[in-house]
Amino acid sequence: MNGIHDLGGMQGLGPLIREPDEPVFHEEWERRTFACLILTLAGGQYTVDELRHSIERMDPARYLSTPYYEHWLHSAEDLLDKKGVVTREELARRAAEIAARGRD
Amino acid sequence: MKHEHEHTQPPSDPALRIKALESLLIEKGLVDPGAIDELVDIFEHRIGPRNGARVVARAWVDPLYRQRLLEDGTKAMANTPQVHNVVVCTLCSCYPWPTLGLPPTWYKSPPYRSRVVIEPRKVLAEFGLAIAPEVEVRVWDSSAEIRYLVLPMRPDGTEGWTEEQLAALVTRDSMIGTNVPRVDAAATGRGK
Repeated sequence: MNGIHDLGGMQGLGPLIREPDEPVFHEEWERRTFACLILTLAGGQYTVDELRHSIERMDPARYLSTPYYEHWLHSAEDLLDKKGVVTREELARRAAEIAARGRD
Repeated sequence: MKHEHEHTQPPSDPALRIKALESLLIEKGLVDPGAIDELVDIFEHRIGPRNGARVVARAWVDPLYRQRLLEDGTKAMANTPQVHNVVVCTLCSCYPWPTLGLPPTWYKSPPYRSRVVIEPRKVLAEFGLAIAPEVEVRVWDSSAEIRYLVLPMRPDGTEGWTEEQLAALVTRDSMIGTNVPRVDAAATGRGK
């Protein structure tokens, strides 16, 4: 599939930025996203090809403007919803509950 | 399990989303909370470029091992005085996890993925690596099926060094091909 992920040879995507002594993960949500995705993949919820395809179908502007592990998060949410394993409604409800607890 | 105190400010968008997803996956019995911490620990502390560095150092001292590595290892591309190899994944982020761990952000970033295939010498120069005009640069685009490891050349002046000393010279970037092992960098304790 041709799409925004097919970046080889594109021009104008900005300078190469490197971070000296970069940590493996920058934030806790990246750790959790990495682990949840690998564990659900190992658990047979989806294949690597399905994950890649889901990332390739991201909104192009969002693909370019979000951090890498948000792509993983997107694909997990997308595929688990499509398969009926964890629906978007369940996710939205749980997120609202967690956010409400955080405000107490 | 450690609990963080984030009551002072609402979590950022992906932070809240993964908390919701993780709690539902655990509730449904699809993910074991202990396995999450274990997996993170493995990739933060146990798997990384030091694994690959040991492979490279062994290949430098053991010709038969080198031959096996180049013949049937995960695709190892040997640098020579005539050819410099560099690895990218233009479509996503494929990378040899067992030997290098998880890739740095720049490897997964649009600028590196887009540019290294059309102006590799310029990109390598930004890493501080000047490739002589007579040396061919080969860029290898990884895929879900094939992941590449660059086997750099052993630096001059390392005759008689132990495998351990040699492995200390081998940086992550030298196995991606965006740099080369340097004796001075190791001596001063620097070099990524």
